Amino acid sequence: MNSISNAADEQTARKAWNGQRRSLWSGILFGMGCIAFIDEVVFHQLLHWHHFYDRSTTSAGLVSDGLLHAFSWFASVASLFLLADLRRKKSWAIKRWVSGLLIGAGFFQLYDGIVHHKLMQIHQIRYGVDLTIYDWSWNIAGALLLIAGVVGLFASGRHSSSAEQKAFKDE
Amino acid sequence: MNSVSISLASVAMYTHTHINHSGMNSADQTASQFMLWLPLIAVAIPLMLVYIGAAYWTSKTYRSWSKARCLLACAGIAVCAAAVTGPLAQAAHHSFSAHMLGHLLLGMLGPLLLVYAAPMTLLLRTLPRQSSRFLSKILRSRIVMFIAHPVSAAILNVGGLWVLYHTDLFTLMHRSNALYVLIHIHVFAAGYLFTASLLPVDPAPHKVKLNIRVAVMIMAFAAHGILSKTIYAFPPAGVPNEEAQFGAQLMYYGGDAVDLILIILLGYRWYRSAGKETSSSPIFVRKTVKKGIHR
Repeated sequence: MNSISNAADEQTARKAWNGQRRSLWSGILFGMGCIAFIDEVVFHQLLHWHHFYDRSTTSAGLVSDGLLHAFSWFASVASLFLLADLRRKKSWAIKRWVSGLLIGAGFFQLYDGIVHHKLMQIHQIRYGVDLTIYDWSWNIAGALLLIAGVVGLFASGRHSSSAEQKAFKDE
Repeated sequence: MNSVSISLASVAMYTHTHINHSGMNSADQTASQFMLWLPLIAVAIPLMLVYIGAAYWTSKTYRSWSKARCLLACAGIAVCAAAVTGPLAQAAHHSFSAHMLGHLLLGMLGPLLLVYAAPMTLLLRTLPRQSSRFLSKILRSRIVMFIAHPVSAAILNVGGLWVLYHTDLFTLMHRSNALYVLIHIHVFAAGYLFTASLLPVDPAPHKVKLNIRVAVMIMAFAAHGILSKTIYAFPPAGVPNEEAQFGAQLMYYGGDAVDLILIILLGYRWYRSAGKETSSSPIFVRKTVKKGIHR
């Protein structure tokens, strides 16, 4: 009896951990999809600061941009199906998910700002102006998002692991 | 998206001016407009009737065929026919935007609608037993398995487009009728194969893992987007710059729209199958066992 009950506990704990991990990944994917969508809507379509194609683009830049675009398009949809699955299985860890969202968004913003805009020169944030302030605010915003996400992740990790331990002691 | 709507408007304008020759009275105009649509109707209606007829006749012996699939088939046939005959196809001879819109319909939207119409299942139950056995034998053969694999289907699909727009093939296509027909058949067939390999609706004897399908999907979508940007930068021979830029953006954003539908359908399939797993997974079984013990 006892061993069965222990095995069941182990399964429950594993399920909880699985839910935590999946919540984090769903958040990361959603963050990446979200920020890419905001980038497309605000900077390409509304402000017209970004260009569809910038003549200075290298082919490596074109490939990287294309892959990232396709991936983020996929990620925004996939993350929501993951989220629906987590909610159905009642194992959605909201704090993990939000931390993931911030990490995904911050990572994408930094990658876009440093690798795409500066290293590969695919396109700039804006044309015909001094870029310094735009580049710095772009990348600092990305770094802040990323840091907030990592802090949130550690906070939620400690919180949930203590809650889990408490649950184990209660049993 | 702005420029896409402009380019769509330009296609509409083009067909409109093309139809409205000066010096015609309204009866002549109606007649010429009808003549423009006639080949489209002549191609689409018989195909639709064949599908609906097969669905109707086989429903007498087998389970009744879904009306939604009939509707999807008709929509798919109409979309594909519009790309190869009628006003849009006429305009595509001169306008690159119209050509690109035609390719979106024939290579992406039409195949998607037709894949969901499950034509192979219908064909298998319509054919006499012996020929249907023969057909399913072919479908299970190694060569079909190879061609219908997501990787080869994606290469045939996007690779074919790459060859079309970045070699002399595009110019040659407008000179030779046979080549024109062949390329359009390829665009449709490759689009259908690609869609069916990612989202099998007809029974697929060779199942491919979800993660492979997802990886191929992302790579193919990326290649499609990159190709449209290279068309924007380096137009095919004989296409004016501005025209190519409209067409390229139409390809990029139109492709994204159809890609979104594909991603949602694939995601929904995963969600459904993940739900089936839950009810029989060890976690679920143990949980019920545990409940039993506590009671």
